[in-house]
Amino acid sequence: MNGSTALLKTKDLVKTYSIGGTRLIALNKVNLTFERGEFAGLIGPSGSGKTTLLNILGTLDRPTEGSAEVLGHRVETLSHKEAAELRSRHIGFIFQTHNLLPVYTVYENVEFPLLVLGTPAAERHKKVMDALQWVRLADRASSRPAQLSGGQSQRVAIARAIVKRPEIVLADEPTANLDAENSRHVLDTMAELSRDLHTTFIFATHDEKVIRYLRRKIVLSDGVVIEDRVVHSSPVKEAVV
Amino acid sequence: MTVAKLALRNFLGAGAKAWLRVFVLSLAFVVIIGLQGLYTGIGQQMADASSAIEIGGGQYWHPKYDPQNMMELVDAHGPIPSELKSVIESGRATPILIVQGYMYSGGSFRPVLLKGIDPTQRVLSLPADVLVDSPGTSPALIGTRMAKDAGLKEDDLATVRWRDAVGTFDAEEIRIARVMSTSVQTVDSGQVWLPLDRLQRMARMNGEATLVVVANGTAITGSASAGAGWTFKDLDFLLADVHAMIQTKELSATIVYAILLFLGMITILDTQILSIFYRKKEIGTLMALGLTRGAVIRMFTLEGAFNAVLAAVIGAAYAIPLLGLLVTMGIPMPSGTEQMGFSLGDRVYPRYSAALVFGTTALVFVVTTIVSYLPTRKIAKLQPTEALRGRLG
Repeated sequence: MNGSTALLKTKDLVKTYSIGGTRLIALNKVNLTFERGEFAGLIGPSGSGKTTLLNILGTLDRPTEGSAEVLGHRVETLSHKEAAELRSRHIGFIFQTHNLLPVYTVYENVEFPLLVLGTPAAERHKKVMDALQWVRLADRASSRPAQLSGGQSQRVAIARAIVKRPEIVLADEPTANLDAENSRHVLDTMAELSRDLHTTFIFATHDEKVIRYLRRKIVLSDGVVIEDRVVHSSPVKEAVV
Repeated sequence: MTVAKLALRNFLGAGAKAWLRVFVLSLAFVVIIGLQGLYTGIGQQMADASSAIEIGGGQYWHPKYDPQNMMELVDAHGPIPSELKSVIESGRATPILIVQGYMYSGGSFRPVLLKGIDPTQRVLSLPADVLVDSPGTSPALIGTRMAKDAGLKEDDLATVRWRDAVGTFDAEEIRIARVMSTSVQTVDSGQVWLPLDRLQRMARMNGEATLVVVANGTAITGSASAGAGWTFKDLDFLLADVHAMIQTKELSATIVYAILLFLGMITILDTQILSIFYRKKEIGTLMALGLTRGAVIRMFTLEGAFNAVLAAVIGAAYAIPLLGLLVTMGIPMPSGTEQMGFSLGDRVYPRYSAALVFGTTALVFVVTTIVSYLPTRKIAKLQPTEALRGRLG
């Protein structure tokens, strides 16, 4: 994957943890490159290192050795403030448990990243409503997360991740708590967004429902990349074609 | 600004618990201001009453006069200095002669201070006009406390005994012309007011006085002393006992409001600690969405500080009418308050200055902000990945 439009790049990336005096290797010599518009997945069982890799690519964590580059910024050299700035402008996150802010309405949850960016009110309103239209939840703008189903909550989380039009969206097990019907809705939504906005989506998953949608599958086992292949037929590919 | 908006959203989103906390804190606000205003009012009322009825705008004292040393009182009299005579003649000062004596009534003698005052004076609001002298029995003015102690009422007769300027004991009958009600104990208990001329004659101290009371608002210029060693005592000096008493009361009020403030702060501290514990996943999410640790700390601190801001607003909503009513109507005082060291009359009128209100508000705000900030320091050590997993680092 050596394109000139590389958004993310890792080189000999190693991440270790020390637990009770024992050194645990979470990622071992990972070399990956992601380009604009990819719909890729980190696949593997629990403990294979996919969430750790996602966290480093999202500048939430730092490599122990090697390097990770996000939009030309070396993650290991970023200060907390610089990393936060990078996340606020260029990276959207979707979590397994959607992590909506419970006291905010749907509208306010989606608006949050734009508030952090200091987007003017009128522009903010338009972007929030656009994002809610994309995920077909404009009519639930004034609802609280507790009033939504799991699928609706995850779609709000997607709207929150894409409202600022980030280059990269990192999704950690986004369908783990959803039934088949809701999973399909959520994945269709993300596939459409990837196609329409050329956003790079990277998933950490071991859910077959997600894996079927991926255009690139990266298999991790014990922190090592054991397979990295492009899939030529997927719902996303078909949609693009 | 964004952080403040987010903090306000979080605060308002917390619902009834947050408002309950705000209400408790507003009570602390109102009680603190209420008590302080009450004691300020009491102090001012005591000072005003003393000034009006006893000390005027200050006093010139005979060099031997010391109210704390009654042994010297026998010599504490002398001719009124010429410098003060013109002030007295202009009605801006009035002399008072004090002689130690005894009063016989109800079958017993009791020590009293016989005080001579000019019945035509307008310097003090004492009802001295009832002392217009006439031949025969001297009219006397006493207070309600004195009347109660001695078992006297208006038009009763009593006998007073004293030693004159040359040391000779003498006695005379007096008629109680008026029993006055006053909140100033020091012109009442153990005091018998007589016409100045009469007392001067009785004590063979013609033209003499113990002190001269200057009218309130009369400017004292030049050196604060008159001839023959008479010295001027200003209001700060004369009201020192009142101020000391109020300071003692204020200390107890301070303890009460320190406890109230402490309780209010404990609830906020507890809420903040629990918030950071229970909301760590939210903190992780906020960091993932691009908030810096500093911004998260500011947000949590502001959330806590909003307690004080809203408590001030809510407190003002019910305290302004309530305290305003107390300022206008006064607070009825139960009988027997004198035994607590107060002597205030039927009602006390609290006084609330801008300095008291804004000072208390600022104090509560600063303390609340500090208490809100302290637990948030934990966030500074928090790794976003740990927080997202719901763990504290």
